[in-house]
Amino acid sequence: MAFKNYLLVCGGTACDSSKGIELTDELRKEIDAAGLKDDVQIVRTGCLGFCEKGPIVKVLPEDTFYVSVKPEDAKELVQEHLVKGRIVDRLLYNHEQGKSLVTVEGIDFYQKQFRIVLRNCGVIDPDKIDDYIARDGYAGLEKALFEMTPEQVIDEVSRSGLRGRGGAGFPTGKKWSFAAAQPKGEKYMVCNADEGDPGAYMDRSTLEGDPHSVLEAMAIAGYAIGASKGYIYIRAEYPLAIRRLETAIEAAREYGLLGEKILNSDFDFDIELRLGAGAFVCGEETALLASIEGNRGMPRPRPPFPAVKGLWDKPTVINNVETLANIPVIISKGADWFNKIGTADTRGTKVFALTGKVNNTGLIEVPMGTTLREIIFEIGGGIKDGREFKAAQTGGPSGGIIPREFLDTPIDFGSLSKIGSIMGSGGLIVMDDTDCIIDIAKFYLEFTVDESCGKCSPCRIGGRKLQNYLSRISDGRGQLKDIENMQKISEAMTRASLCGLGQTASNPVQSSLKYFMDEYLEHINDRKCRAGKCKKLITYTITDKCIGCTVCTRHCPVAAITGTVKEKHVINQARCIKCGICYEKCKFDAITRS
Amino acid sequence: MSNTKQNTNNDKVEITPDLKLFIDEWKDKPGNLIMVLHRVQETYGYIPRSITFDVAALLEVPLAKIYGVLTFYNFFKTEKPGRNIIQVCMGTACYLRGGDDIMEELEKQLGIGVNGTTKDNEFSLEAVRCLGCCGLAPVVVINGDVHGKISSNDVAGLLKTYREKESVTA
Ligand SMILES: Cc1cc2nc3c(=O)[nH]c(=O)nc-3n(C[C@H](O)[C@H](O)[C@H](O)COP(=O)(O)O)c2cc1C
Ligand code: SF4
Ligand code: SF4
Ligand code: FES
Ligand code: FES
Repeated sequence: MAFKNYLLVCGGTACDSSKGIELTDELRKEIDAAGLKDDVQIVRTGCLGFCEKGPIVKVLPEDTFYVSVKPEDAKELVQEHLVKGRIVDRLLYNHEQGKSLVTVEGIDFYQKQFRIVLRNCGVIDPDKIDDYIARDGYAGLEKALFEMTPEQVIDEVSRSGLRGRGGAGFPTGKKWSFAAAQPKGEKYMVCNADEGDPGAYMDRSTLEGDPHSVLEAMAIAGYAIGASKGYIYIRAEYPLAIRRLETAIEAAREYGLLGEKILNSDFDFDIELRLGAGAFVCGEETALLASIEGNRGMPRPRPPFPAVKGLWDKPTVINNVETLANIPVIISKGADWFNKIGTADTRGTKVFALTGKVNNTGLIEVPMGTTLREIIFEIGGGIKDGREFKAAQTGGPSGGIIPREFLDTPIDFGSLSKIGSIMGSGGLIVMDDTDCIIDIAKFYLEFTVDESCGKCSPCRIGGRKLQNYLSRISDGRGQLKDIENMQKISEAMTRASLCGLGQTASNPVQSSLKYFMDEYLEHINDRKCRAGKCKKLITYTITDKCIGCTVCTRHCPVAAITGTVKEKHVINQARCIKCGICYEKCKFDAITRS
Repeated sequence: MSNTKQNTNNDKVEITPDLKLFIDEWKDKPGNLIMVLHRVQETYGYIPRSITFDVAALLEVPLAKIYGVLTFYNFFKTEKPGRNIIQVCMGTACYLRGGDDIMEELEKQLGIGVNGTTKDNEFSLEAVRCLGCCGLAPVVVINGDVHGKISSNDVAGLLKTYREKESVTA
């Protein structure tokens, strides 16, 4: 049955939690009330990327793009748009600026984006396998099974130039060929959906919006390397993604796309879910395998690499969610289509979770080679509240802090590592002049110290040392020789740690020392934090603007402010705990912070 | 801090038939321990000590191995949480947009620290890393409901709402 209109309602986590579920119910009620039940179909899709402006509703066939739609808006949307055919101007993007945009054409956020991985996110209902199939889903698997040998599949992936999106950028075809070269027998295909970078949600959105693309890719990989069993290791913190995967696996089994004799071929392949339990280090491949085996998630030395000796000592390929989501397209459209996208160093696209101090936060996918400037200032719409760009961080706690001078670097694996950062899995965090570089480095070190498994001493002890130095500096107790010590420790950690966690944990420190030495020196020599973030370095003072209203005296929790009514007040600096309450409460701007 | 409930996890808890069935089902699968622990926590809201003894017997693994795994992973709780569970996101996006201020405010108003439970058993406070809705930063999750773009001024109102809400389970 064809419907007159389709309402695509975003069912991603961010939109759902902004009353997206109530909105869907209201829309359904209003559609019934208007007697349009047979004309209008509601489709709950995955994330459309523009979570900042959620919940998002898209009306087809016109492609009208409504933002920040509330349950109360449902009636008007149905009555006006669906019944009378009139667009609801006040729900369009940029309405407040008087420059309403009706479709995504023209919305900065969607320009320059190119979707391979997210091709189906926000387009299909992730719980309906037919939706996926209607958009060429499982065509890649069919082609691989019936028109290609396993060697040809690997060759195609190799020629596509695809590199792993989990962080290290290892060529995917090569990884598969190692496992394929192992003697026949039990082998495993594992999908890494542990997504540990705090502040990144690319894999989550892919799994929630298009779970079948990952299942299809795993089956293709299984065929290529000779595995008949796959595991998806997914964070327990992602309940919606887990549920969608379970539904998808069931449906694929029913359709004969997973299980025995897939599509009546001789190939058997099935997939099981295994849940993570909140340990960042389990994203590291050998720790991940230990965790699937039911043990503490501690890394082990490599070699032997998992492709030779992996899960239960059998050859195992581990690929990231985003890496896998590319595979069905590469197989069905061909390597030659894929390898024309991106740069010579890295083919294809990259999904980023753009967050921090930008106007448009959200999930984006751009061709490799796009510059940071394009991402932050065009797609991201520039810095929030008209403030100044200070730095960007890619690669989360393992990445580096990138200063303004590299905004025009075209992003790929090679270029980012050249400037002291890494691609990582796709977190892209933007900082403005109110963020303190030392505070950020400290934040990341606190994270890695917390998450270090403790197996090897460079990481366990070195990380803690770095964290202590950073705390000292941010508290105004830093000394010049701390800098040199931090450099030495960083180098030792990089060279001597057992796994990637420890090897990269000092990146935020090393890169910030390299590009923001002046801020370190300011903290150490002048006891000053220019961003006003390091609390212990702030001084509050009352200026002549004070009219003696006594508001600050009443709110100060430690009675540090003295003065009589209608006379200028003073802060006793020795007592002040720098809570900032007086600064917020003063109605006459008489208190300054420096 | 002052309002923190002192807890010890010593009560004898009966194993539910569902859980027993689940363990039987998984008994022969390799690498089952973590999946079983997830199920235990799903059933009771935490991992009761007495149940670990049952799990050890049913899966035929040493108790030491169970505790080794249990204490390695942050997700597993060994203490019974309060009636309302508050999780403050401390991921990078939320941190940059003031997640730490919100945590501070919650600690102040509840009189407990991270991982603490109030004496009246109403609230537990946890820090979590990125809930995958960074677009809404800063984010606080209470009993599974996501509250996005909140400020420290919203804290009192949120606590009041949940304090007054009837318990879902009881
Ligand atoms: C500390 C640490 C954490 C990691 N976390 C993840 C993760 O969350 N997701 C992921 O796909 N890869 C992660 N990796 C990378 C994996 O070890 C592995 O390289 C990757 O999953 C391989 O897949 P790919 O070749 O498709 O990128 C992590 C590595 C380290 C050292
Ligand atoms: S580098 Fe850190 S996380 Fe990795 S094995 Fe050593 S202690 Fe564990
Ligand atoms: S910053 Fe806080 S402690 Fe210091 S004077 Fe103001 S109110 Fe008092
Ligand atoms: S969750 Fe709706 S746009 Fe991202
Ligand atoms: S950092 Fe808080 S939701 Fe991602």
